[in-house]
Amino acid sequence: MHSPAKTRRDGAVAAADTATVSLRINGDLHRLQVDSRATLLDTLRERLALTGTKKGCDRGECGACTVHIDGRRVLSCLTLAVMAEGRDITTIEGLAPPDELHPVQAAFIEHDALQCGFCTPGQVMSAVACIREGHAGSDAAIREFMSGNLCRCSAYPQIVAAVRAAAAAGAV
Amino acid sequence: MSGIGQSVARLDGPAKVSGRARYTADTPMADVTYAVIVPATRPHAHITGIDLAAARAAPGVIDIFTHHNTPTFGPIDVPLSQPVMPLQDDRVLYEGQPVALVVAATLEQATHAATLVSVTYHDAPFDTDFGADLDRIEVAPAFFGIPPDNAKGDVAAGWVAADVTLEATYVTSDRHHNAMEPGAVVAVWRDGALDVYDATQGVFDARTCLAQALRIDPDIIRVSNSFIGGGFGGKGWGWPYQILPAMAARALGRPVKLVLTRAQTYTSHGYQAATRQTVALGARRDGTLTSLRHDSVVAGSFAGDHVEGAGWDTPALYASPAFSTTHRLRRLHRGNPAAMRAPFGGVGLVGVEIAMDELATALDMDPLALRLKNHTDINPIDGKPFSSKKLRECYAIGADRFGWSRRTAAPRSMRDGRDLVGYGMASLVLRAFRFAANARVTIDRAGQVRIETSTQDVGQGLSTVIPQIAADALGLPVDRVHLVLGDTTLPVAPFTGASSATMSVGSAVQDAAASLRRKLAAAGANGPQGYPGALAALGVDSLSADGAWAPGGEPGDGEASAAIFSFGAVFAEVRIDVDIPIPRVKRVVGVYSAGRIINPRTARSQMTGGIIWGIGQALLERSDMDTRLGRFLSKNLAGYLVPVNADVGEIDASFVEEFDPHASPLGARGIGELGALGVAPAIANAVFHATGIRVREVPIRPEHLLSAA
Repeated sequence: MHSPAKTRRDGAVAAADTATVSLRINGDLHRLQVDSRATLLDTLRERLALTGTKKGCDRGECGACTVHIDGRRVLSCLTLAVMAEGRDITTIEGLAPPDELHPVQAAFIEHDALQCGFCTPGQVMSAVACIREGHAGSDAAIREFMSGNLCRCSAYPQIVAAVRAAAAAGAV
Repeated sequence: MSGIGQSVARLDGPAKVSGRARYTADTPMADVTYAVIVPATRPHAHITGIDLAAARAAPGVIDIFTHHNTPTFGPIDVPLSQPVMPLQDDRVLYEGQPVALVVAATLEQATHAATLVSVTYHDAPFDTDFGADLDRIEVAPAFFGIPPDNAKGDVAAGWVAADVTLEATYVTSDRHHNAMEPGAVVAVWRDGALDVYDATQGVFDARTCLAQALRIDPDIIRVSNSFIGGGFGGKGWGWPYQILPAMAARALGRPVKLVLTRAQTYTSHGYQAATRQTVALGARRDGTLTSLRHDSVVAGSFAGDHVEGAGWDTPALYASPAFSTTHRLRRLHRGNPAAMRAPFGGVGLVGVEIAMDELATALDMDPLALRLKNHTDINPIDGKPFSSKKLRECYAIGADRFGWSRRTAAPRSMRDGRDLVGYGMASLVLRAFRFAANARVTIDRAGQVRIETSTQDVGQGLSTVIPQIAADALGLPVDRVHLVLGDTTLPVAPFTGASSATMSVGSAVQDAAASLRRKLAAAGANGPQGYPGALAALGVDSLSADGAWAPGGEPGDGEASAAIFSFGAVFAEVRIDVDIPIPRVKRVVGVYSAGRIINPRTARSQMTGGIIWGIGQALLERSDMDTRLGRFLSKNLAGYLVPVNADVGEIDASFVEEFDPHASPLGARGIGELGALGVAPAIANAVFHATGIRVREVPIRPEHLLSAA
């Protein structure tokens, strides 16, 4: 676990190893000083109280931390906060207006495409992008392009059904 | 109305799809500090030194705990926990055991400082190779009250009397739970009381462990959670990561948050231990079993007494006049194993049901016909009738939905283009575990109902099913009912596990709701529309009733609880390319006898998920042990393979109509683990049918099938 921070021989991290970033998240501009080692995921969760985005593995294997950056799905655990400077970030909290559901979110409920719900924000963010990318044309395509998001409860068939229905309804 | 039997959409769905559902690590907490575990890198050693200078000098570090400055913990004796307390002395009993806990102001600072803790070890000899020294075994201790050995009749005589005998050894692998949410704890000491947010499957068990370990009154401890990101047996209690934050929070006077890394989840709360099972079957020429022996050697730990009860349920499966099951423990220098979906038959059926397929081949019988030949409605263990058993219907419906009659008997006889096609099946059985539970139901003048009970929802759907039960009893729509759960300030309910919650907690809630309805009727309510009037007549804003349920009190139940089992039949089709032998599951049909189903929609999802767990067990999941270093090799989701969406074909899970009054007043039995049973042997049998290669090990990987090409 090597840190990208400059570590002195005694282990101390120099004060210069912080950075000021401007993050546009769900339309709101946040200007904050971050540890240069901080991931976008930890910044969302621990600094900005946007805890809808989940940490399942912290190394890009599970997809629970999926967000959109400039409209594309990105693993926020593999993205340093400083890399998102000036970019347009959408998290699960910003997918729909407060107290409303995005059609993909509604489709997940309708098709029972969740159980414990921990992977669900990442699945939903991936599903929206999957449809937008044009990868929801067949069940086989949906399975393939949703396979970066693990669901240990294994709601996979229902996730395919939800994505298929949302895509067919022109949800995105 | 949306009561029992209705396919109600998950009531917590909107919170979960919108990211509003708050899991333990999401708990907002002012002034929180971050704890990171430093795990031992050796499987068996003495710590000779810990150099903390660099770590203590790192920015943001608040304190570091080692065995030099951690208070002495009291012993804990709660079942299913790990008795070895962390940071108590210089002994290391397993790789991953905490040797230090770093607390810092930010997660980045704590994570970095943990890497600066320098530990030196004096290594001791260690043994982590389950496959070696198989004579180094001991009789397993009784576990969960179940003795290691069970026998009836004369197995040797039955073996001699058999026309056909078969004996073979089957291997299952170490597997890890890998719930999507890693274990998480936030501990707060405030005004002499301990408040712990813990994603545990048992808040009361966790509280007892904390009280015993910290030697404090349980009444000053509150343990709670709202949402749990999957459990599967891996969100227990009393594990080191669940004790340390409370200790640190008390020492520091600040809230402490600890979230396991994915790698740490492989060494922090158990795993499903590997087994070697020898199954010996004797049968007459017509398929009638004369003798059934199932001897399991299971991997264990020097850090605890967990026993994988692979053969516990085996004798309940078929009508053999003689059976014998044994469990032997092979202790290793690894952390204590744990229950994992599905334990017992989830592991043991791999041996027994592949053996039955081999027996069918030896007898030149259809595998389904062999099962039907040995069907029993009497539990062979105690001679009592099963409480309710509709396995014959499961076989019939499953065979029909699957198209079993299209199967041609000979291996390698079914082809589709480049694919070898295989059909396989298996039976399954699961004993019912049931526990005492309590609940309170309250109604207010607006007609809103609140259920309070300290059960936990690990995602299976309790937050929907339990309100349905109360709505049904009160005659109200389910959207009026709200469940408050996962909190030791609520009426006592058992841990969520062993497929017990609907029977246990559901029955207590039904009792409370029925009691409330009687109170309302006594106050003049003539049906649900009269509830507000009854409250007005009583001059109260709300009215509550308590309810309880415990096993053993049903009509005619007596001591017959051993005969309460669920059953099912699984049929699987695999496809294997003739040149590239990667087995793929095209479809699985599972039909289950599980009592009354409260919510067919969430139940079907649960069974579908369980079947996919079985696909993982059959073809993917194996935690390899590096026996040279004494550690699990791939503590991540890249090296440990779990099913992904593209691995899953068509899944068809259904239930037969059933009401089991012995299992619970609801007529329900449990289903949490049921779907994961029988799938792996059905797939293994389908692989044999497709290829003619008998693999007696799971997972079945392409390397097992290279000679199929």
